[in-house]
Amino acid sequence: MKIAIFPPNSLILADLVERRGHEPLVIMKEIRKKVKDAEIDSPPMNITEEDPIKGLKYAAIEVPSGVRGRMSIFGPMIDEADAAIIMDDAPFGFGCIGCARTNELSVFYLRKRGIPTLELTYPTTREETLELVNKINTFLDQLEDENG
Amino acid sequence: MVKIAQISCGTEYSGIQKEIEKAASTFGAEIVIPHTEIDYIDEAYQKFGFTCASSGIRLMIARAMSIVEGKSEADAVFIATCFRCAEGALVRNEVRRFIQENTRLPVVTYSFTERTKADELFIRMEALATIVARKSILARQKQEGLTLGIDSGSTTTKVVLMENDHIIGSGWVPTTDVIESAQEGLDEAMADTDYRMEDIESIGVTGYGRITIGKHFNADLIQEELSVNSKGAVYLADRQKGEATVLDIGGMDNKVITVNDGIPDNFTMGGICAGASGRFLEITARRLGVDISELGPLALKGDYKKALLNSYCIVFGIQDLVTSLAAGGTKEDVAAAACHSVAEQVYEQQLQEIDVREPVIQVGGTSLIEGLVSAVSDILGGMEVIVPEDSQHIGAVGAALLVSRLGDSSK
Repeated sequence: MKIAIFPPNSLILADLVERRGHEPLVIMKEIRKKVKDAEIDSPPMNITEEDPIKGLKYAAIEVPSGVRGRMSIFGPMIDEADAAIIMDDAPFGFGCIGCARTNELSVFYLRKRGIPTLELTYPTTREETLELVNKINTFLDQLEDENG
Repeated sequence: MVKIAQISCGTEYSGIQKEIEKAASTFGAEIVIPHTEIDYIDEAYQKFGFTCASSGIRLMIARAMSIVEGKSEADAVFIATCFRCAEGALVRNEVRRFIQENTRLPVVTYSFTERTKADELFIRMEALATIVARKSILARQKQEGLTLGIDSGSTTTKVVLMENDHIIGSGWVPTTDVIESAQEGLDEAMADTDYRMEDIESIGVTGYGRITIGKHFNADLIQEELSVNSKGAVYLADRQKGEATVLDIGGMDNKVITVNDGIPDNFTMGGICAGASGRFLEITARRLGVDISELGPLALKGDYKKALLNSYCIVFGIQDLVTSLAAGGTKEDVAAAACHSVAEQVYEQQLQEIDVREPVIQVGGTSLIEGLVSAVSDILGGMEVIVPEDSQHIGAVGAALLVSRLGDSSK
C-alpha cells in the first residue's frame, strides 16, 4: 500500500514503511522526478513558477508562494495515499519541510482524507522509541491484513 | 567576486532561486549560503531569542548569526521571505536589524512571490555589488571637467551637463521612447551652452532606461539609481560628510537610502502600489484641474483631515477625493489629503523598515511638491526634511558627478 508519512522526507519513517513491504510516499522521489526532467532548469529542485500555481488546488492565492510550492508536491502525495503515519513534534533533524504553515495544512489534509492514520508523538526515551516502532509495525501489518 | 550572502526562506519552493542567482551574477556578484552546522541552528536560534514555528525561519536566524559571529564570510547580505508570510516578515526585519547593528555589511531585504523575476532584483543586486566593489567611485565629492549625466526615469528623463562642479545646462522631459526622450533632454541641456557633443569628456547614465541609453550614447558609466541618487542627493544638499537619509518618491517606485559619508549603507525600495507614488499626485492634480506644479502650494493651504480619503488605492483613493469635492470639500483640502496619503503610505511601507537618520534629503520630481515634503516631515514627527536646489535632477547630477574623472581613476 502507499503510505504517506509526515514529515514527508523522514528517512527513518520511510525505512520503517519499506521494511514492512509498503511503499512510502516521500518528497525525495518527487524531487528526483523533477530534477531528472531535462526540459526544466530551475535549480536546486527544478520548481518553477508553475508549481506554486498548481498549489492553488490546496491553498488560496493569499497564501505565501513557498507554502503553495510545497503543497504542489505534497498535495498530490496526500491524495494518492492509502494510509498515513504522522509524527508530531519531531525535531528538524528527523525530517522537515521548513515551513510551519505547510506542516499544519499537510497534517490537516491527511486527517481529512479519512484513510487509516497513525498519529504519534516524537519519542524522547529508549522505551518510548521501542514502543513507537512496535506501534508503526503493528499499524502497517494490520493494513496488510485488512487489505489481504 | 562580490559575495552576497543569501538569508531566506521559501525561495526554492517558490521556484525563484535561479532568478536570485541570475540577478547577482549579472552584476558580477555571487550568491553564497552562510554555513551552519545542524547543532548550531538551535544554538543560534536560542541566542537570538525569537520564537518561531517554521524551521526554515530558524535556519534564517542561524545563518544571520553565522555571519555576525564571523563563521561565514560575505561582502553583502540579501534577506528574503515569501510575500504574505507574517512570520517571515517579522523575522526578515529583525534579522536585517541584527546584521546592521552588528556588522557594516550592506543589507537589502525583499519579499517575493512565484512571479518574481531576476530583473526585479537587478537594481538591488547592482546596488549591493556597487557599494562593495566601487566604494572608491562613491567616495567622489567633486565634479571635474565637462560631464553629462542622464537619468532615464519611468516618468521623466532628466539630463544635466556639468562643468567643474557647476550645473551649466539641464533638460527635463517626459519619458516616451527611452532614446528619443534622452536625446530631447540632451538637446535641452546643451541648448544654453556653446558646447557640442564631442566636447563632453564622459557620460554617466542611470534610471530604468540606463542600459538602453547607455549603449546608445556609449556611456562611460551605467549605474543603478540607488547609489547614484544618494550620491547626487548628498552632493546637492552639501551633506557629503556624516549621516543622512535620502527619500525619493518616484513615478514608479520609491527609494529610501541611508548614507554615511556619501556612501549608501542601507536602502529599501517599494514599487507595489501606485497609490504611494508620484503618479497618484499627478492624477490628483489632473482631477483637480491644476498643473502638478500648483498642487504643492495648494496642499499647504489645505487640511487633510477635512477631505475623506478611505483608500490608499490609486483608483478608489481618487474616487474618494472626487466624492469629497462633490460634497463641497475644497481643492486645498483634497490636495493636502492626497499628499498626506502618499506620505503616510511611504512611511508605513518603507520608512519604518529603515532607521531614518536626520537630515532627510527629499529628492526627485515629487520633492518639488511642497505639500508632500511638509506631509513627510509631519509624519516623521517634525524631522528636518531638506530639499536641495535642482532636487528633481538628482539622478542626472549623481551620474555626472560619479563619471567625472572616471577614466583617470581606472587608468
